[in-house]
Amino acid sequence: MKGKSAAVSFIDQLECPRTELLFQESKPLYNEDQAVSEASRCLFCYDAPCMQACPTHINVPLFIRQIMTKNVKGSAKTILSSNIMGLSCAHICPVEVLCEGACVMNHEGKEAIHIGRLQRYSVQWAYDKQMQFFTKGKSTGKKVAVIGSGPAGLSCAAELVQLGHDVVVYESREIPGGLDSAAVAPYKLFSEDALKEISFIQKIGVEIKTGVSIGKDLSISELEQKHDLIFIGIGLGRDSDLGIPGEDLSGCAGAVEWIETIKRTNAFDPGTVRNAVVIGGGNTALDAARELKKLMVPKVTLIYRRTESEMSGYKHEKDRAAQEGIEFLFQTIPLEILGHNGKVDGMKLVKIKSENGKLTPVSGSEFSVSCDFVVKAAGQEKLSELFSEVKNLTVKNGLIQVNPETLQTGSPKYFAAGDCVSGGEEVVYAVADGKKAAKAMHELLMKEK
Amino acid sequence: MADISINFAGIKSPNPFWLASGPLTNTAYQVMEAFDLGWGGAVWKTVGIPIVNVYSRYGGLNYHGSRLVGLNNNELITDRSFEENYKEIYQVKKKYPKNALLVSLMFETKQEWKEHVKRAIDSGADGLELNFGCPHGMCERGMGSVVGQEPKVLKEVTGWVMEYSTVPVLVKLTPNISDIRDPGKAAQEVGAHGVSLINTIKSIMEIDLDTFSPVPSVDGKGTNGGYCGPAVKPIALHMVGSLSRMPGWKTLISGIGGVQTWRDAVEFILLGATSVQVCTAAMHYGFRIVEELNQGLSDYMDQKGFKSIEEFRGKAVKNFVEWGNLNLNYRVKAEINPKKCIECQLCVAACDAGGHQCIHTQENGSRVPYVDQEACIGCNLCSLVCPVEECITMKEIDLGKPYLTWKEYQKTAV
Ligand SMILES: Cc1cc2nc3c(=O)[nH]c(=O)nc-3n(C[C@H](O)[C@H](O)[C@H](O)COP(=O)(O)OP(=O)(O)OC[C@H]3O[C@@H](n4cnc5c(N)ncnc54)[C@H](O)[C@@H]3O)c2cc1C
Ligand SMILES: Cc1cc2nc3c(=O)[nH]c(=O)nc-3n(C[C@H](O)[C@H](O)[C@H](O)COP(=O)(O)O)c2cc1C
Ligand code: SF4
Ligand code: SF4
Ligand code: SF4
Repeated sequence: MKGKSAAVSFIDQLECPRTELLFQESKPLYNEDQAVSEASRCLFCYDAPCMQACPTHINVPLFIRQIMTKNVKGSAKTILSSNIMGLSCAHICPVEVLCEGACVMNHEGKEAIHIGRLQRYSVQWAYDKQMQFFTKGKSTGKKVAVIGSGPAGLSCAAELVQLGHDVVVYESREIPGGLDSAAVAPYKLFSEDALKEISFIQKIGVEIKTGVSIGKDLSISELEQKHDLIFIGIGLGRDSDLGIPGEDLSGCAGAVEWIETIKRTNAFDPGTVRNAVVIGGGNTALDAARELKKLMVPKVTLIYRRTESEMSGYKHEKDRAAQEGIEFLFQTIPLEILGHNGKVDGMKLVKIKSENGKLTPVSGSEFSVSCDFVVKAAGQEKLSELFSEVKNLTVKNGLIQVNPETLQTGSPKYFAAGDCVSGGEEVVYAVADGKKAAKAMHELLMKEK
Repeated sequence: MADISINFAGIKSPNPFWLASGPLTNTAYQVMEAFDLGWGGAVWKTVGIPIVNVYSRYGGLNYHGSRLVGLNNNELITDRSFEENYKEIYQVKKKYPKNALLVSLMFETKQEWKEHVKRAIDSGADGLELNFGCPHGMCERGMGSVVGQEPKVLKEVTGWVMEYSTVPVLVKLTPNISDIRDPGKAAQEVGAHGVSLINTIKSIMEIDLDTFSPVPSVDGKGTNGGYCGPAVKPIALHMVGSLSRMPGWKTLISGIGGVQTWRDAVEFILLGATSVQVCTAAMHYGFRIVEELNQGLSDYMDQKGFKSIEEFRGKAVKNFVEWGNLNLNYRVKAEINPKKCIECQLCVAACDAGGHQCIHTQENGSRVPYVDQEACIGCNLCSLVCPVEECITMKEIDLGKPYLTWKEYQKTAV
């Protein structure tokens, strides 16, 4: 069986230099003075709404107060004991619709407390000092396999290890972290920082075997034999195709695939792109468009089949994209990607109208635009068919069905959480549910004893 | 336009704002710059036998992101020679005849006092301020607050100065004493023209958690210093008010302690002060703050229709009464304005812990709390913790009963 169980850093596997290093952080790290004065604004609310709005229920008022009193170590512990990926989340949570959106300051017309930035200040401070807060619990002798090293898998594994179980995380990619290290916009979080956070999770005692694809390198039945319980955190698959001619031309890429390239390697040369088109209306499409713009691509157009208000991407992200000069074409779909000498050089499009929620092309409205790069952000494939052979484990529309209280699947030995259950949410939800599953798994394991 | 000038026992000043004796009034350069910017007067840094200062003199209290809510210092009196001080006092007075220039003095023997009262007046001092207040360093040498703490000694030393002085004499009082009225009475009895209060309060600002030394640290050790700045204003107001309301009190008061804005100054004047001295605020922000002090005071007077400071000086004194004279039949109850409430529930936490457990959250899931009017004792705590201005107000309830003081209540109870 292959598989590296690297106690060493995965950071060395990132190419250097790589494209992501061209980005500037949109929310730079506070210094102590900035953090203390921002923390001082917090009212220390009772039954605080920010804490309720955080899917991992971090005790926000407490950790902010700890920063204010310069007990930064204590604040990091407060954060990480609720959310083991508190560093990633601090960088990438859509705080506008989570904790900061719930901050009472909004009711008074004041700026919400910058909870995410304070959270980052705290955890990064602790990690820069190599502080390790958690250790492996007293061994129970129970073995758990976690499939997928994304936020769901790592959160589940970190919790189980602290409870004393032996956990192995199997990851098909060479680098762990799932989309958290592979796909999140580099101006929010660098791959390197995501991997640093993972090294602290490894130090708790979580073993990560990368380069092992379950179902290929190791069969599900083998896995079942070796472990008492199995957690599924495989996320979603590759970018969906558009199903139109020209997708195989050079210069046409899936969004997640392309973002992973810029985050890990130096293979993409932004200087060669003058006029890019992104297809899609979600956050991935908005991220890809903003990334292209920040890489100094002169013209970036986002094409979406429905109207602006129907976009599934966050309004705050859309507004930022518009401010940065990204152009939008709504109610439009691509018919064909045009090429020359095997390279993208344009796109044929048609206008769409909506009748009673049904989208139909407007006849005679076909038009062409020129472009030299196309990013497809029309969703990701589902991977869950892999488990269709497992008895009683139900997969519906590609999503694994679970008991929402325990996150147990129909097959008692299997639990699942994260994007493979939800169809694609945020890292912080995957972390919350991974931990919730771990609690239920622990209960079951201890009952069996 | 209101007239904001004052006459303090014959010392004329274009406005009531004087720089307090301290680091701001060390040199002619500083005082002239201050006068140019609009300060009415200045009390020269205490003149005495020149001392030696230590390095690192200040400690600051920062609170919730606000810097220098309090300041503490262990600076002593002037470290300059008599010649330098008197020469510069003379230069300032010559150039600024319309501003009030007082000289603060601190000596030990009668002979020294005699000599320097004369030298200060010869240099042009409009008045003298006797520093019986410095709480560190000087008191260990038998001067400063040890004089202020002992009414008999205070009277004796002030008596010497009264004998030699041809200009008004102000006694600067220390707050490091159990009852400010004792030194106040002593100063009045010996005929001082005014009292200045308060000087700084003995304090330890902070202990360094790593070096275990008080801050400011002088080579690993610290000493008690004098506390001043915004945090001491309530103490200063109380002391000023206590003198003003004393039967038979007629001595003029120069109010000092935590004045930062014109509002603070008006509070001192309403409690009876004629002039107001400022130290920390000008050390923090520079002499330029006087512009806002003058303008704010003048606007306030216009708005209230006061033509001179004398017209409203002391207006709050009669309302500063003993607890036993408060009305037991007065009721207020807290009321929450749901339109202003931002749902932080700090009032819930505060009332539950330190009030009478009468603010509750609603059953219907709304985060806006409500006050159980029956149980509310009108203590005010919730309205103080509420972060939104005027969101929780204390509503008056008319019991339809007459004013009843504790003293009267006791009589009826008997
Ligand atoms: C472009 C993009 C940007 C995003 N930006 C944000 C953001 O800013 N903020 C935010 O909160 N969320 C963001 N998200 C969403 C977030 O990344 C996901 O919700 C989250 O990573 C889901 O975690 P997961 O653990 O369920 O799955 P994943 O992160 O997808 O991890 C699944 C892991 O399982 C592995 N795996 C799959 N199959 C197998 C197998 N058979 N054997 C072994 N391993 C396997 C995969 O290689 C992968 O590493 C973004 C998503 C995308 C696509
Ligand atoms: C650094 C410093 C030095 C001081 N030196 C003197 C002094 O020499 N003589 C004196 O009478 N008061 C001195 N004081 C006390 C001030 O005059 C004043 O009474 C006190 O600071 C309160 O006013 P404030 O709150 O505006 O600062 C000093 C205060 C400070 C901060
Ligand atoms: S984890 Fe995310 S949602 Fe929760 S408090 Fe932190 S930044 Fe906010
Ligand atoms: S809601 Fe805002 S002010 Fe209240 S505790 Fe949370 S961060 Fe602080
Ligand atoms: S303290 Fe004020 S703002 Fe906060 S819940 Fe109470 S009434 Fe509302």
